[in-house]
Amino acid sequence: MEPFRYERVEEMGGAVAAIGAAPDAKFLGGGTNLVDLMRLGVERPSVLVDVTRLPFGQIDDLPDGGLRIGAGVRNSDLAADARVRSRFPVLAQALLAGASGQLRNFATTGGNLLQRTRCAYFQDVSTPCNKREPGSGCSAIAGEHHNHAIIGHSERCVATHPSDMAVALAALGAAVQLVGPEGERSIPVVDFHRLPGESPQCDAVLEANELITAVDVPPLAFADRSLYRKVRERASFAFALVSVAAALDVVGGEVRDVRIAFGGLAHKPWRAQAAEAVLLGGAADERQFAKAADAELEQAEPLRDNAYKVELARSTLVRTLLELTP
Amino acid sequence: MPESSSVSLRVNGAEHSLSIDTRTSLLDLLREQLDLTGAKKGCDHGQCGACTVLIDGRRAISCLALAVAHDGAEITTIEGLADGDAAHPLQAAFVEHDAFQCGYCTPGQICSAVGMLDEVERGWASHVTDDVAAEPRLTAAEIRERMSGNICRCGAYPNIVAAIEEVA
Repeated sequence: MEPFRYERVEEMGGAVAAIGAAPDAKFLGGGTNLVDLMRLGVERPSVLVDVTRLPFGQIDDLPDGGLRIGAGVRNSDLAADARVRSRFPVLAQALLAGASGQLRNFATTGGNLLQRTRCAYFQDVSTPCNKREPGSGCSAIAGEHHNHAIIGHSERCVATHPSDMAVALAALGAAVQLVGPEGERSIPVVDFHRLPGESPQCDAVLEANELITAVDVPPLAFADRSLYRKVRERASFAFALVSVAAALDVVGGEVRDVRIAFGGLAHKPWRAQAAEAVLLGGAADERQFAKAADAELEQAEPLRDNAYKVELARSTLVRTLLELTP
Repeated sequence: MPESSSVSLRVNGAEHSLSIDTRTSLLDLLREQLDLTGAKKGCDHGQCGACTVLIDGRRAISCLALAVAHDGAEITTIEGLADGDAAHPLQAAFVEHDAFQCGYCTPGQICSAVGMLDEVERGWASHVTDDVAAEPRLTAAEIRERMSGNICRCGAYPNIVAAIEEVA
């Protein structure tokens, strides 16, 4: 690991100033991904700005009935919150499907959103990777890519975003709250992460000197019936091959409202708007659910070794919606 | 140039103030500077759980914890669990149930189980809890899921689950 200076900040202004003072400084949250990447030589910040003692460790009720989740709230505390468990079970389930008990105890909300892909080539500094070293090439396209993207990838990068939490937040229509030298702004989670395009080194749209302060989850009455289903290669402590976050509102056998997002398919949590459009106002039955899945997955462009993900995503979505149907 | 920083920790009840390289993990500080070699270095990437200790009562991966970021914390390692000569109930249960073979993962397994049982006590759900809004009941399936961050290459899992069930 390269040497770095450690700075602890206790107020927001100090954090933004400290990160702006050194071009390669990084914020430190729980460190469960960043410290590992530093040890691997993938990340080499000269300064770490520890933001875990900023006053962002609370989950507050918003006046509209939603929740404001502080960026420093630990994944395990968020999953354990009674309001999250009863109003947004999909979020609690997604968190609990990720990592291990020990890691969830320290991983933060902000850090979870900013975790890097687990593409083996990204983590291996001896191989080319456009995300780690722009212009060096993508080793995964011709290499081992059975768990890579089938939607929205580019010739430069076929990596997926690894977060489970972000998939639930995308389905719930949550928004990331940021602060930077120019002030505050809010970005929907679905627009926060980006597709790789020509610049896969940028996972998200936030600027280098912006800090995540919170994530706002808007009220969604029918989210009390919501599910996160994760398919992986072992029963626990593994990243998703495919995952689905869904909330479904069925009245008189018809879909009145629905929210769907996929994980494991793209460089970002994938909100399934085409599937939602097919479902709205239609019958809540298996035939319609399959039609909705097909409408979304029509755009899939699988790689040599991951065409299985199309069928897996299709059946996982159908099964999830059936489980949510009264 | 290495950068150094000072850190104060309370480890198994004893205060320590040290000047350390900022890169020092909590695991390396415990093992190399305090001679507490109970917590083990397995993968050094947060994937095996052999380095599990308790930070302020919560189970944690000490290989991915930068010591400097935990200034002021209360750390409990496997060496701090016994009450004098009396083994911690989980230590006794691991012996009773033959819950290990080579023993390398055992300190991490036991520290993880201590933290895990406290999480259950506080009503936390898990990935296998049917209704995340309800109080969990600690079945064998719940123990297996909650302990999935601790790998045992010898495969002593059935006896590890039995030992934890006895104490739960």
